[in-house]
Amino acid sequence: MGRYVIRRLLQMIPVFIGATLLIFLMVNVMGDPIAGLCGDRQCDPATAAQLRKEFGLDKPVWQQYLTYMGNVFTGDFGTAFNGQKVTELMSTAFPVTIRLTIVAILFEIVIGITLGVVTGLRRGRPVDTGALVVTLVVISVPTFVTGLLLQLLLGVEWGWIKPSVSTEATFGELIVPGLVLASVSLAYVTRLTRTSIAENRRSDYVRTAVAKGLPRRRVITRHLLRNSLIPVVTFIGTDIGALMGGAIVTERIFNIHGVGYQLYQGILRQNTQTVVGFVTVLVLVFLVANLLVDLLYAVLDPRIRYA
Amino acid sequence: MPEPQYVGDAGAPEGAIAATGMGGAMDLATSEGETLEKGPDGPHGTGPSEKPRSLWSDAWLDLRRNPVFIISSLVILFLVVISIWPSLIASGNPLKCDLAHAQQGSSPGHPFGYDGQGCDVYTRTVYGARTSVTVGVCATLGVAILGSFLGGLAGFFGGAGDSVLSRITDVFFAIPVVLGGLVLLSVVTSSTVWPVIGFMVLLGWPQISRIARGSVITAKQNDYVQAARALGASNSRMMLRHIAPNAVAPVIVVATIALGTYIALEATLSYLGVGLKPPTVSWGIDISAASPYIRNAPHALLWPSGALAVTVLAFIMLGDAVRDALDPKLR
Repeated sequence: MGRYVIRRLLQMIPVFIGATLLIFLMVNVMGDPIAGLCGDRQCDPATAAQLRKEFGLDKPVWQQYLTYMGNVFTGDFGTAFNGQKVTELMSTAFPVTIRLTIVAILFEIVIGITLGVVTGLRRGRPVDTGALVVTLVVISVPTFVTGLLLQLLLGVEWGWIKPSVSTEATFGELIVPGLVLASVSLAYVTRLTRTSIAENRRSDYVRTAVAKGLPRRRVITRHLLRNSLIPVVTFIGTDIGALMGGAIVTERIFNIHGVGYQLYQGILRQNTQTVVGFVTVLVLVFLVANLLVDLLYAVLDPRIRYA
Repeated sequence: MPEPQYVGDAGAPEGAIAATGMGGAMDLATSEGETLEKGPDGPHGTGPSEKPRSLWSDAWLDLRRNPVFIISSLVILFLVVISIWPSLIASGNPLKCDLAHAQQGSSPGHPFGYDGQGCDVYTRTVYGARTSVTVGVCATLGVAILGSFLGGLAGFFGGAGDSVLSRITDVFFAIPVVLGGLVLLSVVTSSTVWPVIGFMVLLGWPQISRIARGSVITAKQNDYVQAARALGASNSRMMLRHIAPNAVAPVIVVATIALGTYIALEATLSYLGVGLKPPTVSWGIDISAASPYIRNAPHALLWPSGALAVTVLAFIMLGDAVRDALDPKLR
């Protein structure tokens, strides 16, 4: 187990370097970051040169990358061009997005898995067909449309929620945005659980469990569900990173000041330090979440052992 | 301890095929072919129409009976027709707008009403189909060709190139798509669809390449590929004649479903303001433009959203139907 974790951690290194390098190059393509600093006017050449030197932008890209990564590992994510520390931005933005992601994941687990179990056990019945159609529709409607429509209905027409979220972004305010963020994945979790349950339902161990007289509830939760959850856990695990990165759209609709908001502002203002810093953390989250998922397998299925 | 066992297991059958198994395998193949052909003419045969069906004709038979497939392909056919000849059902000009009509509801001749700029929503919704279909089809073709080429080569040759490609796909998977789109497309000033398509191909190919690699590795281990190799077939012949036809099904399934998601992604990027730019008529742009007036003119938001949802739904349903037909395990 320990050796497996170490091997996986070592495998993460090239992926981490590759992803951050890729985003570093992409941000460099984004254009001249200095041009955005002087407002609408053209920058004075001397000032521009001075600023370039100050931020190390006169050096070649690979050198900038090395310096940057060196700083990141000492906890210094650089300074945004307006003088604010990127870590400071992170400390206000990440808690909000983490709360949003938690709400979304909870929706996926509670609603997605429940619906999946219910439909998987009643395959071919009206409940199953109905749920399948609903999930298909949810998958097809893009998140930003779902978000705008829910905002219109719940926020503007019926007045159940406030159309935009305050800067505190408490859990209560994030319920509807979390549902919007989760919607597409929720549908996938439902379908995945349904297929998995329907497949395992006819397996020998379930028949054995029924035959030895276990109550139905125990058969489903302890035998059927535990074995069916492996693909679902994989999906939810990889989804954590996707949700945090994909929150840009949801955060924009509901005016939530989280990671997506900061990234969007950073990209609009060509604030390279902010963008690279946030993406670096998002990539790390994605990689660690994937590792945790693989380790969770062993908990769910003791037959899987890592040497 | 398990490692030497593994090597031994894998080595034995390969050696057997290479050294002694070749003649035997050939005999087996011909005799099997003969029995298969003889089957229908035997006492219980019902004539030449009962020939063993290939995966493709089997899938086609299955699809023709599937109502989901029929409905979704009719919708897609309709979309393709109106994206080629939008004037068939919409006589107006999508760029001709009159502020005097701004945010008005539906009226005779303008069934969907007007948007915030006084443009006819019906005409714009019809013309928007062309953009979405173009982006979806071109991005999918690009992704499928690049992804299956790279993934197929990696799966076939294995080795260092394969490891490098696998790590590269890992890298691409670690970057959120919408985020990459925002960064890369925020500098683009061109109002054509090509930068968006290029971006989708750039970030989308790893998905297909992973699938293609997996199915090529599976197909490579089949006996008929080993037999072809033993007969001295060249790499390209093995790949094109023996492996590709048997590895392409999963790629087609994933690509069809991806087509729908690319259309949704284009609209999302346009909504965020980095996808397509205004002279181009796109559902994403219209939805984005209508969202500030959502209270006064919800119709300007609802019609393009509905069209977008139906389009994506049609492609995803088509992909679902194709998958059910091509993957007998799921039946």
